[in-house]
Amino acid sequence: MSAPRLIVPRLAMQSLSNRALTAFLTVLAIAFSVMLLLGVEKVRNGARQSFANTISGTDLIVGARSGNIQLLLYSIFRIGNATNNVTWKSYQDITNRPEVAWSVPLSLGDSHHGFRVLGTTPEYFERYKYRRGQGLTFAEGKPFADLFDAVIGADVAKALGYKVGDPIVVAHGLGSVSFVEHEDKPFRVVGILEKTGTPVDRTVHVSLEGIEAIHVDWQTGMPMPGENITADEVRQMDLTPKSITAALVGLKSKLATFQLQRAINEYRQEPLSAIMPGAALQELWSLVGTAETALAVVSMMVVATALLGMVTMILTTLNERRREMAILRSVGARPTTVLGLLATEAGLLTLAGVALGVAMLYGVLLALRPWVDATYGITLAIDPPTAREWMMLGGIVVAGFLAGLLPALRAYRMSLADGMTVRT
Amino acid sequence: MSAATIASPASAASNADDVVRMRDVKFRWPGARGFGLQIDSFTLPARAKVLLVGPSGTGKSTFLSLLCGIVAPSSGTLEVMGTDLTRLSHSARDRFRVEHFGIIFQMFNLLPYGSVLDNVMLPLSFSSVRARRASQGGTVEAEARRLLDSLGLDAHQFANHSTAALSVGQQQRVAAARALIGAPEIIVADEPTSALDRNRQLAFLDLLFAEADKAGAAVIMVSHEEELGTRFDQVVRLDEICRAQRGSAAA
Repeated sequence: MSAPRLIVPRLAMQSLSNRALTAFLTVLAIAFSVMLLLGVEKVRNGARQSFANTISGTDLIVGARSGNIQLLLYSIFRIGNATNNVTWKSYQDITNRPEVAWSVPLSLGDSHHGFRVLGTTPEYFERYKYRRGQGLTFAEGKPFADLFDAVIGADVAKALGYKVGDPIVVAHGLGSVSFVEHEDKPFRVVGILEKTGTPVDRTVHVSLEGIEAIHVDWQTGMPMPGENITADEVRQMDLTPKSITAALVGLKSKLATFQLQRAINEYRQEPLSAIMPGAALQELWSLVGTAETALAVVSMMVVATALLGMVTMILTTLNERRREMAILRSVGARPTTVLGLLATEAGLLTLAGVALGVAMLYGVLLALRPWVDATYGITLAIDPPTAREWMMLGGIVVAGFLAGLLPALRAYRMSLADGMTVRT
Repeated sequence: MSAATIASPASAASNADDVVRMRDVKFRWPGARGFGLQIDSFTLPARAKVLLVGPSGTGKSTFLSLLCGIVAPSSGTLEVMGTDLTRLSHSARDRFRVEHFGIIFQMFNLLPYGSVLDNVMLPLSFSSVRARRASQGGTVEAEARRLLDSLGLDAHQFANHSTAALSVGQQQRVAAARALIGAPEIIVADEPTSALDRNRQLAFLDLLFAEADKAGAAVIMVSHEEELGTRFDQVVRLDEICRAQRGSAAA
């Protein structure tokens, strides 16, 4: 036995299910727009988080004279290339300054199956910090000790299926397919790093001397014909590098940061740049901020479009629903009931759209996370919506309800004007 | 259930024999081409069966809108069950309507979704008075089924049917059951039989009147077919009780 009072909401639901297809498409449009809006927000936060978590504990990054952002991107994020190198002598000068507590050289330029090869010193594994001071740990093996030892990041190991002891041939240049390889001097994997969610995961680490060794018989990017130095011969040579790409520098006192930065920027022997990672990141955000805002505005427009679509859907059904209105009014439904019915319908459609959108977003995040991580090194957090996101979602539902008032008011006026006449 | 047991709180002050009394009622639809109506005098006695006839364009629908309180007259008195509708607010008139009126339209009476039973019980969700009366003999659903059966629609077979599958004649029976449920004092019918052939028209009227008598309800029906008048207590010509103004608009 159905309670008579419940008939009206039930009829409202039945009315909706009578138009199930259009209602579903409307909900789907809203869901997609919500997914886009929230997805942009998630990716934005994920990217910022990933970037901000990539470097920690380093006071200055030193490289050849270039823009702050460029230096940060190529030295830490392995995005783009250095235009110039830093000579070994200049690096030594900086390292030997009294303010400097430690320094780690970085030498980039080669690759292995699309993964960057980084020449550095074993100190790198102690000094490099990410995510608020977390250090690198080894999943397997140990830091490199021999000239042809290599330590690989977690993604490299996973993608290429390497284990400790496997040989690696480094390719010259940075393409994922390279025709010029340092095949005469293979490296051996001695360590695999734990996953960090930073570009370290996609890096092959070798000693600075190792980088030098594979290039001794090369000139201007190509092997020199007739000159073939074997791996054993190269061990006897002086492998002190002539230049490095960049260096991470830690100071004894943070107070000296600006002073040293200035000194490096004004270094006379060679044009150099020193940047503070945090400040460079801020600079990057302000640069990216405009694009982020544009993206956010576009996704809000998409939400607005979806809501407009819903209003259009309700408006087009309004004419055929005049009959429904007249019947409801004849049995005592007030015009406000009719108003409430339509506004509630819009609110419910929006709510369903938002719920579906959020569900779809988490589904997509879950599905795409490994790929985004592997391709862009951005770890997308699968967290419940933040307070800000809840507010955005709530705002959309309210907007949908308010948008629903438009057809509702029209129906209200129509039902007043129709009186007892049932129009077909 | 007899009419004597139904006491409307509003009816005490007035002549209990008249459920509707109109005097000097003036009304005009809003808008520039608004159609207007002026009714000098009209009364509907309790339990009476009145046929209101008139050619189209004389304001039959407007008259019914006024009677049911969907629109309010600009002047005059319009008493229903002793209550002056002109003094009631919009929403009070809406509440008043469902308590005292059962309404049958010419066609398209039913919500296309929802079952036959849902449609019959619809007024009860807006009127607790009618819901109470409908459940006096048992449940409201039982009363809805009884009405459907009495009106010649096998409730056992049709109760949970979708209304969209019904024929026009069957739809009008459902509409009549909806108008009658909870025993309102006045049944208003706007050409309810115009889509039926003569035999079914008369059969429908007989069943409607029988149930209206059981509920003690007056019936006022609008039609352009004067021949139906023989079945009614009284035939009122609309153009004799009221004057239409700028009657170019549709009735």
